[in-house]
Amino acid sequence: MVSTAKFWREQASRYNLEGTHCLTCGSYFFPPRIVCPKCRRDGNIERYQFKGTGDVVTYTTVYQAPQNPNRQTPYTLATIKLDEGPRLLSEVICEPEEIGTGMRVRSVFRKIGEEGARGMIYYGTKFVLA
Amino acid sequence: MREVAIIGAGSTKFGELWEKSFRDISVEAGLRAIGDAGISGEEIDALYGGNMSAGRFIEQEHIGALIADYAGLTGLHIPATRVEAACASGALALHLAVLSVASGWYDFVIAAGVEKMTDVDSDIADDLLASSVDREWEAICGATLPSLFAQMARAHMERYHTTSEQMAKVAAKNHANAIHNPYAQFRRAISAEAVLNSPLVADPLHMLDCSSIADGAAAVVLCAADKAKAYTDSPVYVKASAQASDTISLHDRRDVTAMDATIFASKKAYQTASLEPSQIDVAEVHDSYTIAEILAIEDLGFFNKGEGGIATGEGQTEIGGRIAINPSGGLKACGHPLGATGIRQAVEITQQLRGEAGKRQVPNAEVGLTHNIGGTGGTAIVHIFTS
Repeated sequence: MVSTAKFWREQASRYNLEGTHCLTCGSYFFPPRIVCPKCRRDGNIERYQFKGTGDVVTYTTVYQAPQNPNRQTPYTLATIKLDEGPRLLSEVICEPEEIGTGMRVRSVFRKIGEEGARGMIYYGTKFVLA
Repeated sequence: MREVAIIGAGSTKFGELWEKSFRDISVEAGLRAIGDAGISGEEIDALYGGNMSAGRFIEQEHIGALIADYAGLTGLHIPATRVEAACASGALALHLAVLSVASGWYDFVIAAGVEKMTDVDSDIADDLLASSVDREWEAICGATLPSLFAQMARAHMERYHTTSEQMAKVAAKNHANAIHNPYAQFRRAISAEAVLNSPLVADPLHMLDCSSIADGAAAVVLCAADKAKAYTDSPVYVKASAQASDTISLHDRRDVTAMDATIFASKKAYQTASLEPSQIDVAEVHDSYTIAEILAIEDLGFFNKGEGGIATGEGQTEIGGRIAINPSGGLKACGHPLGATGIRQAVEITQQLRGEAGKRQVPNAEVGLTHNIGGTGGTAIVHIFTS
């Protein structure tokens, strides 16, 4: 997993889907970007919390993955296009046969990992079928 | 800029080389390349070594100096540089070595690639593969490297009607080619049915759609083209060396069914070489997963977008077909020791253009291409060679 500080500093984005919005060109970014790739130094970046709704662009069900006590196979992953425009990768909590390209999904707050039985518990965003 | 030639090439066998260390395989490949070139150590001006993750695979950094040391070059104090671009580290070493000779700075340079992957258990190795993509926003969210290629495959299947059978054909073809490659990890035929019947890794990719974890090293010796004939009757000329980048995350790409880094690098390479895709006789492309070969043969311009699966199914990419793709067996059957692969591809093309590839020889091969990518296509490097 990751160190506490490495996880904590991205907490706003992992918990609340916080990204950025460039006021110059209107583009949205997730995760947050320091520099707008379209406007670069002419960009004017502000924080933005995404609504958490979007469409499945493509998907897979993972049957083999490195041992991870926090994630048991099979699990389903999707590339999701948020309604504001940017795409992200997330686990989608569903049965493998339930998901399909173009389906609507919405974000939910879930445990995503822990550092052993007595260590930190990490929370973040996953998606469910809307 | 000067023209650059390959005057020597060599490789270790790829596979689970438990009896050999990182140092052993690095030196073995280097000595074979130097021996093939017929030069002496005193003539070498510099060394570039491609390696993705020795720090985590064998807990050793500073491997530029280590390789030069164990290759017996310490007394010459040559500059020895390790470079990294994930699975494209080998081609990156070749690219930088080419630039260093083309610029006139050095005359004789070794470009090597090495990865020792089997000193850690396979779970750690699989996890290390995921460090070639976005650790924070892909891997932590559950992505493995095959799961990302699986999403490309799904999208390609839905948009272009590519089938699992066509993808399985990539693996079957590459295994058939590797039977005749003494350096390949898997020198046996597998049927497309066997691929389809192997366990799912990430739907729709099966275990036999995926390249393997392996150890291996490869090296080539470069020199200025005008000096090459003094060392060999059959130099292989580097006509283009082009590198391009793209987003580290698959989800940020313009299109998940194409790799823009491959498109950009290959366009630049064709332009530099004044060649068209149709003039390439033989290509070693990055088939880390079967879908990756289908994307590559489209993005390199050999087939129209969406037609790579059909072309594969029709046998157009076999030796003797319209264009021979991966006559070595590719990453699929040679094995994929990450940093070594890009150089191994150049070794294969060198042998093909010299007409020394034995039973896997592509008839009348005069123009060859190599294509090596990092991660899911965050880096792509394309080289074009002629005899």
